Amino acid sequence: MKNQILYTLQLADNALIYGHRLSEWCGHGPVLEQDIALTNISLDFLGQARGFYQHAANLFNALPQADKQGMFLSVTLEEKINKGENIDEDDLAYLRDGWDFRNLLITEQPNGDWATTIARAFYIDIFNHLYYTRLQKSSDLQLAAIAEKSLKEVTYHKRWSSEWVIRLGDGTEESHAKMQTALNDLWPFTGEMFRMTDIEKEMASNKAGVDAAALYNDWKQQVTTIADEATMQLPDSTWMQEGGKDGRHSEHLGYILAELQFIQRAYPGMEW
Amino acid sequence: MTVRDFQQAFDEKIDREIAIEPRDWMPDNYRKTLIRQISQHAHSEIVGMLPEGNWITRAPSLRRKAVLLAKVQDEAGHGLYLYSAAETLGITRDEMYEQLHTGKAKYSSIFNYPTTSWADMGAIGWLVDGAAIMNQVALCRTSYGPYARAMVRICKEESFHQRQGYEILLQMSKGTEIQRKMVQESINRWWWPSLMMFGPSDDNSPNTEQSMRWRVKRFTNDELRQRFVDVTVEQCNILGMKLPDPALKWNEERGHYDFGEINWEEFWNVVNGNGPCNKERLDARTKAWEDGQWVRDAALAYSEKRKERSKKETKAA
Ligand SMILES: [Fe+2]
Ligand SMILES: [Fe+2]
Ligand SMILES: [Fe+2]
Repeated sequence: MKNQILYTLQLADNALIYGHRLSEWCGHGPVLEQDIALTNISLDFLGQARGFYQHAANLFNALPQADKQGMFLSVTLEEKINKGENIDEDDLAYLRDGWDFRNLLITEQPNGDWATTIARAFYIDIFNHLYYTRLQKSSDLQLAAIAEKSLKEVTYHKRWSSEWVIRLGDGTEESHAKMQTALNDLWPFTGEMFRMTDIEKEMASNKAGVDAAALYNDWKQQVTTIADEATMQLPDSTWMQEGGKDGRHSEHLGYILAELQFIQRAYPGMEW
Repeated sequence: MTVRDFQQAFDEKIDREIAIEPRDWMPDNYRKTLIRQISQHAHSEIVGMLPEGNWITRAPSLRRKAVLLAKVQDEAGHGLYLYSAAETLGITRDEMYEQLHTGKAKYSSIFNYPTTSWADMGAIGWLVDGAAIMNQVALCRTSYGPYARAMVRICKEESFHQRQGYEILLQMSKGTEIQRKMVQESINRWWWPSLMMFGPSDDNSPNTEQSMRWRVKRFTNDELRQRFVDVTVEQCNILGMKLPDPALKWNEERGHYDFGEINWEEFWNVVNGNGPCNKERLDARTKAWEDGQWVRDAALAYSEKRKERSKKETKAA
């Protein structure tokens, strides 16, 4: 049960942190229509995050009191748990610190320019599409339901970011160079998607989770096809960054959380 | 037909409340007035995304965050409808942006005030969207067809925004002492600028008469402002908050609330570029536009390449 909660939180954190990054574009996009598209995508991820957090909170609240203690390294959350109170989606999003967040490092990388945002989206969206397709068959019916609902969104995301990779790659000389740099810079963050933690391995063997490692070939083939069409070269370096899934993050996450959690931290325990 | 006949046909349509459509003849000044008004309105929607966008990453709950994101996205959509409506009058979106970025075109001054607390997300929805609705409901029957139709769609969403904003304040006002303080402090800052949204008073509004004649405008600035004050006072009472105006008092005889004099010096200052955030807002818009130039160039270059290729393919086939 504990691993099921942590696994669900990993999915939730990915969606929340990545959606947060995308929401930073709102009002600043290069074209009004794209501003709207990006906000839409950000809303999709926020919706997914909420679904996963609610599920994680329900699983957590059903645990015997003794098992609840010590699950999170958060003073405020621990206080609440010790009082015997139930937790909810907001407690999980707003009261945990970085070491309890399990999102992939790629999701917390800064937006950079439009090419960077597109490259990040491209790697993530193709992965998500493969991932949610499998997660629909999860033995955890809640996870399966969220995946099924999200798959339509994710299918659109994948088309959107692939089209942009092609457009920028095969656009002007300037956009070609920028797209290539962005694909190179984010490449080392892609390996983590397929490196399985013990929790993921256990969940996959229970048929509740997805065998992410098994998605690699499909992912590689799909990104390569699009990159080819975009006249882009994917790096062949195999050295990869990792740590997000284990709560070891880049410096960026702390600032994301400082912003995201500001009100709940400054005015604790209030209803908004 | 002579110009006089055209003018007569136009006047008749206006008098009989028949909508003017893009292909109809219209006086140059009517066209100019509409372009000015609609583009100004479109710019307001787009610049208006910034003060609220300022709190998206800091919204206090996931539900509020989703609602706020969707709201700001709606405003982008409003901008889109309005730019399209203005384009039917023979101006391009790029030309309108150019006017915004060079300061030639104005946008609603309210967005030159900073959003410094979460309560501002409530106060803006309630007061700013509320004041906008007063103006816009009247515009749903404006004489220019595309503008009127855009307004109908927009008004539905604006009233939704207003309810959501009010709900933020209602929730906070039922909360702790400090939350109530936050609400009151926010209302104190937004009340007067909201009243200013209706524009100069009637005796100082040179364009009103002609606009009323053309049925571009349906009510005067002061009429709409009064209507806004009357409904807002009641809503404020329900929140248990105070509007920051000692002169605010029910006038039995008029059947309206009396209220104090607007600080017109502040109003003109902000209109003329000296508000707290004028520079920031314009800089943010200009930066988004300039940073996006290479992206738009790339999209254009790519679509042209595609056209070329498909031409070649059809030839080959
Ligand atoms: Fe709007
Ligand atoms: Fe508006
Ligand atoms: Fe609105």
